[in-house]
Amino acid sequence: MIRVIAVLLALCLPVSASALNVFACEPEWAALVKEVAGGNVDITVATTAFQDPHMLQARPSLIAGARSADLLVCTGADLEIGWLPLLLRRSGNPEIQPGSPGHFLAADYVRRIEIPANVDRSQGDVHPQGNPHIHLHPRNIERVAAALAGRLAQLDPANADTYRANSEDFLRRWNDARDRWEERASSLTGMQLVSHHRSFSYLADWLDLDIVATLEPKPGIPASGAHLSRLLEQLTPAPPAGIIRAPFENEKPAHWLSDRLNIPMIEMAFTVGGTEDATDLFTLYEQTISALEEYHE
Amino acid sequence: MRISTAAVLLLTFGLPVAAANAQASGDEIAELKQMITEMRDDYERRISELEARLDLAEREARGARRDAGEAFELAEETAIQQTASSSSPNTFNPALGVVLDGGFADVGAGWEEVPGFQPAGEIGTGESGFSPGEVEINLKANVDTRYFGNVTFALAEEDGEIEVEFEEAWVQTTALPAGLTVMGGRFFSEAGYLNDFHFHADDFVDRPLPYQAFYGGRYTVDGIQARWVAPTSLLFELGTELNWGGSFPATGNAETSPGAWTLFTRIGGDVGDSNSWQLGLSHVSADALDREGGGHHGDEEAEEGGVFTGDSDLTVLDFVWKWAPLGNPAVNNFKLQGEYFTRSEKGTFADLPYDGDQEGWYLQGVWQFAPMWRVGLRHDMVDADNGPGLDGTELEDPGRSSRRSSAMLDWSPSEFSRLRLQYTDDRVLEESEGVWYLQYIMSIGAHGAHQF
Repeated sequence: MIRVIAVLLALCLPVSASALNVFACEPEWAALVKEVAGGNVDITVATTAFQDPHMLQARPSLIAGARSADLLVCTGADLEIGWLPLLLRRSGNPEIQPGSPGHFLAADYVRRIEIPANVDRSQGDVHPQGNPHIHLHPRNIERVAAALAGRLAQLDPANADTYRANSEDFLRRWNDARDRWEERASSLTGMQLVSHHRSFSYLADWLDLDIVATLEPKPGIPASGAHLSRLLEQLTPAPPAGIIRAPFENEKPAHWLSDRLNIPMIEMAFTVGGTEDATDLFTLYEQTISALEEYHE
Repeated sequence: MRISTAAVLLLTFGLPVAAANAQASGDEIAELKQMITEMRDDYERRISELEARLDLAEREARGARRDAGEAFELAEETAIQQTASSSSPNTFNPALGVVLDGGFADVGAGWEEVPGFQPAGEIGTGESGFSPGEVEINLKANVDTRYFGNVTFALAEEDGEIEVEFEEAWVQTTALPAGLTVMGGRFFSEAGYLNDFHFHADDFVDRPLPYQAFYGGRYTVDGIQARWVAPTSLLFELGTELNWGGSFPATGNAETSPGAWTLFTRIGGDVGDSNSWQLGLSHVSADALDREGGGHHGDEEAEEGGVFTGDSDLTVLDFVWKWAPLGNPAVNNFKLQGEYFTRSEKGTFADLPYDGDQEGWYLQGVWQFAPMWRVGLRHDMVDADNGPGLDGTELEDPGRSSRRSSAMLDWSPSEFSRLRLQYTDDRVLEESEGVWYLQYIMSIGAHGAHQF
């Protein structure tokens, strides 16, 4: 019996004691925390780029991760509505509950688009607070970074100067990069694309891309044969430049339509880790623009 | 060719003219110099004027850019504040979710009791025909900074009368330190993996046999629960429950001391990105005093059926393993779960000495083979060894186990709706029976929770 307990305890490796434990719901926020906090934090990420952050379950490893977190950084705007409230209740951790300084939702700090005028599930799985996929507009990253630096400083006053300096340095580099991206992407203005879900609305808003259709008939409703046939008919007279897809989105409908319209399927990183090159926020944006440039006539 | 001709012409006629005018050049050069100086001064003046104007324009542009930036910030702030507060009039309403769960059944003879087991609640195949089933109404919200509250009612029609079942009503702490959570009220026990799921979240129409035979479908506690999550990277959870309520298996002893207590523990984690698992062990110990059977029978019949007084000890071992490629369940995923129940009861039943052992288990797998579509297989069984001496009572040893095999196919066009077809080869009674179900489960209102 004692041996069994010893083995169990050994399996339950203690979480290391660093300045701050951060629980990030999505890879983009983990990357941003890394930029702003530097080496002062331990980060647990709930999803990879290959997982739909909306579809997650409050699985055991996440409960364990949330249990020891000092700061939770998530998107909010109902993106994690299915699992985050349950996870928080199961975690037994008062530091990261809603209303606590350790509960940080990025979408609270940005201007959200596609806010539905009326909310009804006949419109699909709509989010009353607008489109939650906010991280592909550099302005949003800028705003969230500034807010995050403030929050880190509040939680860990001893390192407040570091967080401030890091975020200033990050924002300087970010804005320089943004100028370069905007110059490069000016030729992409008006590029017509089909997306799987409304995952790229902020990117389209930023670069003036034209998302002419989505493969999902309504948000969150899987693509049906009938809807795809309708799209084929609708898009055949003037096929768009390509179909953009995030790594976690079903590739079958995109393949089907791209074959029949004879247009490329453009694999986007969508978030950090989505492609081999997208290792941080800068390379994520680089990859995003390069992927579009490659297929732009 | 044309250039060289022009050069020849210039040399032939131009040079003599220049030589003739040479003497007059002194004055003119001075005049020219004067003109050039004036022109230079004029240009310099104009250039410095232009420079000054450019400088001013640049400063103005900078100012305009700054103003524009500030105006944009202000507009953005306003927009954010507006979107943040857009739902303010009813923000404090609790989340309201309603689940409609009904359908069509063809159960053949049907059954309401498992042979060898005291009826624990409303169990069995149900009746043949169409039934609007159960309507579940759930309300939940944070109470304040310290508590979370949750209430669930179930509406169903029983013998022509509308019954309101008071399923859950509990408050839970959210602000205790060190991984502790305390819950109080009426809640679903954590003893067993499936027990704290609502029926509509199950992968089959009906609960597995051990849940029906040992719990009457599920074990509800009227009391308190405390649980602790360890600060480890692998989930390790420990908890206990005290039950003062009248629910099976503790029925009949609900005075000042709790009639039953539970201990449960759970470990779980991930293997790579694609696999997650959980293992649980729990124990329910009940001190029963004149425990009647629950369920369809009226009080008179329950008395006829006999009462149990004594100790009831139940141990449940459960596991679940989930797989999805790279942890993305959108297209394909697989779930395997199984639970083993073993119970020992000792005391008197219908005034006869009773020392019985019962056990049961189920194993089920559910495979999502395409978006929206899942198939599942389940085998479940229970077996009672109640010893001799109880012949003629409900606990008369049936001399055989009760078992079933079920297959289901379901279709979920969104997260909020599901249609399910299920066939069960039912061997609970002597005669085997083929049972068909066609079930609908529809959720309206608040987004349901993705429980593991």
